[in-house]
Amino acid sequence: MISHFLKLEWKQFFRSSHWQKGIALKIIMGIFMLYFMVLFLGIGVGGYYILKKVYPALDPLQLVNSYLLYVVLGELVFRYLMQTLPVMNIKPLLILPIKRSTLVHYVLGKSAISFFNIVSLFFYIPFAVVLIIEGYDASGVLGWLLAIILMTQSVNFLNFLINKSTSALGSIVSLLLATIGLQKFGIFNITGFGGQVFDAVYANPMYSLLGFVIAGVLYSLNYKQLKRLVYLDEAVSQKVKEATSVDLSFANRLGDVAPFIKNDIRLIWRNKRTKTVFLMSFLFLLYGLFFFTQETYKDMPAMLMFAALFITGGFTLNYGQFIPAWDSAHYKMLMSQSFKYRKFLDSKWILMVVMTSILYLLSFPYLYFGYNIFLMITAGAIFNIGFNSLFLLYAGSFNRKKIDLNKSGFGNTQGTSATQFLIIIPLMLLPMLLFWVFNKFVGYNSGFIVVASVGIISLLFKKYAMNFIEKKYIKDKYVMINAFGKEA
Amino acid sequence: MITIDTITKKYGKTEVLNIASIEIPTGQSFGLVGNNGAGKTTLFNILLDLIRPTTGGVTSNNIVVSKSEAWKNFTGSFIDESFLIGYLTAEEYFQFVGDLRGMNVAEVTAFIGEFEDFFNDEIIGKKKYLRDLSKGNQKKAGIVAALMGNPEVVILDEPFANLDPTTQIRLKQVIKNLTANSNITVLISSHDLTHVTEVCERIVVLDKGIVVKDISTSAATLKELELYFSI
Repeated sequence: MISHFLKLEWKQFFRSSHWQKGIALKIIMGIFMLYFMVLFLGIGVGGYYILKKVYPALDPLQLVNSYLLYVVLGELVFRYLMQTLPVMNIKPLLILPIKRSTLVHYVLGKSAISFFNIVSLFFYIPFAVVLIIEGYDASGVLGWLLAIILMTQSVNFLNFLINKSTSALGSIVSLLLATIGLQKFGIFNITGFGGQVFDAVYANPMYSLLGFVIAGVLYSLNYKQLKRLVYLDEAVSQKVKEATSVDLSFANRLGDVAPFIKNDIRLIWRNKRTKTVFLMSFLFLLYGLFFFTQETYKDMPAMLMFAALFITGGFTLNYGQFIPAWDSAHYKMLMSQSFKYRKFLDSKWILMVVMTSILYLLSFPYLYFGYNIFLMITAGAIFNIGFNSLFLLYAGSFNRKKIDLNKSGFGNTQGTSATQFLIIIPLMLLPMLLFWVFNKFVGYNSGFIVVASVGIISLLFKKYAMNFIEKKYIKDKYVMINAFGKEA
Repeated sequence: MITIDTITKKYGKTEVLNIASIEIPTGQSFGLVGNNGAGKTTLFNILLDLIRPTTGGVTSNNIVVSKSEAWKNFTGSFIDESFLIGYLTAEEYFQFVGDLRGMNVAEVTAFIGEFEDFFNDEIIGKKKYLRDLSKGNQKKAGIVAALMGNPEVVILDEPFANLDPTTQIRLKQVIKNLTANSNITVLISSHDLTHVTEVCERIVVLDKGIVVKDISTSAATLKELELYFSI
């Protein structure tokens, strides 16, 4: 039975959409993963020496131990928000001749080796190895490591027990804050207490076996709870959100474009991924704070231009680059309705322009950094409105990847292809280059003027550009229908 | 009304559709039957200009569908759930389609009101997005949306599949009314031989992309079809 499960896991992993990508994307994702692994390993290996150097008077192991209780509480909060039991996977197995108890063990066992439990080991294991090399008692260190692993498992299973109740989250957060508070005001020495517990494990490795008891009890509690709940109307059910309709009749003033605008607003607000894009665009507004406050960038106007473009362009860039893939699920339906394609494109354009304008209004506080910075943001906003909106619409006609709107937003690369990398050149690098050249060799305010002019000129030629873009979309209609019909 | 002229569709070397000629007069109720892979959905997609045929063409009301888009104004269709917009409620979806077909809010509401029985309290006022409805209820919404805006041609792919018995019977009545009271041309496909013979005046059987039968429905048709398919 276990071999069957392992085979399923194997196929699920390698056939997931993460792997069905172009080679370029695979390489980039591979590099990212490697980067994080090296980073963790580096912290694990170097951690001991760094602590030794910063706090020469203290023992690095004891120092780590004293903060482990916070790690437990912090991890619980993090897991509460991010981790859920992968119960939906067993739905197709429920009707097969497999014992319910086996399925429950499978789900729980699978969670034991989840990403959340593995990632911290990239720190603890190298750290333990260094400790042994540095002459710590080997059996003590191994006992300590075992205790840590069991502790992670216990947290894992504790999380599933409390995951359903919001009050549990509240109590954990308040407990975490309380311990920090008690520590800070010197009422109760939590770090000392936590440290003593894990120091004791190191001194007497046999104590680590207690971890088995704790993890075992939590596991069996989970087992009992879950076994009662593996029914389609309990744990193995898809949550259905109640629909909320907001009156969008204000959009009717826009005439022919109104149905599409209303549709787009609902699209953005009712799907996870688009909602993330929308909310993230307000975070991009803060992008300037990183750049404008640092001395290093003061002499790099091109980089400041980069930041300025992002401040107002967060929505246009992130939403625009996947037009029309957002509508890929019902693209066939749209193509069988009678409307001018122009209206569909116009609504996307209006949306991008309105959002850029709103973000521009919200960027007024940047005046604090001086009028030069503000001129830069203004030039960037004009460029985003004039050039980038139109260019993204055009680039969108090259999108051939379906987007499943129901999947979540963070780290979701569905719909990404070479197009998304190529368009960065005219979108970001062109204005940066223009600004840099004119700022450096012509001076005065010519940099701002040129970037803004490109935007204004594009805006003046909008009608012609839109005609051209519309033709391209109509020409590519069949290819897009075919591509969007395929599973992502 | 609709002329299908020497249509073929090839994917690589495999030919999935090869139809010499079908002429569908105005007001006919036309049924398409055939086993899986016979090319029913491909043919409907070609009629709606969602797929281009390798050779040949379709003319609807003297409009070549791949040349002009004017046919969209008088054609309503529902092929599968991808014709629904999952994140809208049924009401919003009807309003969206209504907007595109030039109906105002009152007209849409009145039109939807006519289908109260058909919906059987499962669609309107449910506070559910279309993506969260059951397959059968999604189909009900899609079929009604296809009838909006006084279409002259209605194309429905497998309209009876997933519907509950009551709705199947009601749908048959809806389709009969369409062709009886006005000059609406209805094209449906189905796996249920009883339903098509009951509803359609003419039945075409496809097998691996080729027309193998073209029957004017009579009392003997059901027997004939059953005999053909029970090989």
